[in-house]
Amino acid sequence: MSVRLQFRDVTLGYDRHPAVHHLSGDVAAGALVALVGPNGAGKSTLFRGIVGILKPLAGHIDLGGLNVRDIAYLPQSADIDRSFPISVFDFVATGLWRSTGLFGGIGRAQQAKVLNALAAVGLNGFERRTIGTLSGGQMQRLLFARVLLQDARMIVLDEPFNAIDAKTSADLLELVKQWHAEGRTVLAALHDMDLVRANFPETLLLAREPVAWGATAQVLTQENLLAARRMCEAFDDSAAPCVADGLPAQAA
Amino acid sequence: MLYDTLIAPFTEFEFMRRALAGVIALALGGAPIGVFLMLRRMSLVGDAMAHAILPGAAIGFLISGLNLFAMTFGGLIAGFAVAILSGVVARSTELKEDASLATFYLVSLALGVTIVSMRGTNIDLLHVLFGNILALDDQTLLVIAFNATITLLVMAVIYRPLVIECVDPVFLRTVSRSGAPTHLAFLALVVINLVNGFHALGTLLAVGLMILPAGIARFWSRDISGMIAIAVASAMLSGYAGLVLSFQTRVPSGPAIILVAASLYVLSVLFGNVSGLVRQLFPGRHLEA
Repeated sequence: MSVRLQFRDVTLGYDRHPAVHHLSGDVAAGALVALVGPNGAGKSTLFRGIVGILKPLAGHIDLGGLNVRDIAYLPQSADIDRSFPISVFDFVATGLWRSTGLFGGIGRAQQAKVLNALAAVGLNGFERRTIGTLSGGQMQRLLFARVLLQDARMIVLDEPFNAIDAKTSADLLELVKQWHAEGRTVLAALHDMDLVRANFPETLLLAREPVAWGATAQVLTQENLLAARRMCEAFDDSAAPCVADGLPAQAA
Repeated sequence: MLYDTLIAPFTEFEFMRRALAGVIALALGGAPIGVFLMLRRMSLVGDAMAHAILPGAAIGFLISGLNLFAMTFGGLIAGFAVAILSGVVARSTELKEDASLATFYLVSLALGVTIVSMRGTNIDLLHVLFGNILALDDQTLLVIAFNATITLLVMAVIYRPLVIECVDPVFLRTVSRSGAPTHLAFLALVVINLVNGFHALGTLLAVGLMILPAGIARFWSRDISGMIAIAVASAMLSGYAGLVLSFQTRVPSGPAIILVAASLYVLSVLFGNVSGLVRQLFPGRHLEA
């Protein structure tokens, strides 16, 4: 199977402090990968790097010929201004951006697509409501509907099931599996280990440094999880410049 | 009687017709911009920028007197300079954008008033500070109409990315590169409309026909397109009623327009059907579902 996403000694971070340190590895096209790690492990940072919001401090992320625009990104608790007066329908319809662009009209076919996407996440009947009236879980369903419309070859989900009830997360998980079945590459940052074990064939355990990456059963072992918990520390303000550039990754 | 009060001033006096045309053009261009300023929590930024235009317009005045093009050009340059400078200061230092804008606008206002006083009379100063919509000549009217047209055209082009950038900037960044150009185009429109307002209402009230109608609209619509329509309508209504008020009484026209808008605003705060105060006090019995 071809390689979709390639990390070549990637370091991502803020103010020169690494949040993801010397990550290397491949994600195959069509893979379903869980990204696991404690808070502050660099999961969101890695995703921001993948979708091009954050430039790597060092190393390179290869999208295997994909454009950044071919990635659908569902950010965590998003920087969405929920007080903005926009309807559920219009908000989801922004997911059609790639086909409509600046001026493209939203004709009957597109309207049907939007309604289908809303129905797929169980939000039918909400079209005319403004996004400010939705609950947290409904908002998350809304974001999934937009990802559905984006029809992207690669999908990146940052903690998609946080603070979501069991029914909703089961529904949304079905969508994720469906995307996987359609051959899309899906990466998801998750905290629920049981959910990962049951549904995700491949896992990357990250704690600033990559701890383990491979088949889920081999990655989510007791030692690996303990190691991950130990490795995640606060930034050291007086840290010296990293000399490991170009060398294989090592635990600091 | 009613005709005498409401319509006769405009049929009898050309300067009133000009003023009405000017105010309608101002409303068409400025009100939509005001709605976006409000939704982006930039209302005060607009205010600060309005004052920032003053020194540029004043230098234009110093060089060539009450010349339309010199003052417009100077105002545009000063407005863009302050917008860019305060953006740069905010991004490259710890000072937040509102603080640096406040500094810039105070300096601009002081500088502008000083420059005008160096050559002009007190009447010139009043003209610069409060505008004179009753004295619009053909050229000024054309400039205002031209700017309003430009505004509507550019808004049509950037509307979609502008809305997305307000709601979900991260999403826009992942699907398109149009975020930064959209933001810049919007700032340019803000400056252009402030210069517009400057000619009619003066530097102190220029932003009035942008911000007040936007505030009014917030109380009557939950949807952005509805808001824009209501903002434009209430700006036009304020302009018309303000002109009538100023014609019948001796209230200066600029303040009259703003005062009418302010009364509409108070009414909206009280009786608006979207979170108006009366509505909140007497919400009616709760619904079944």
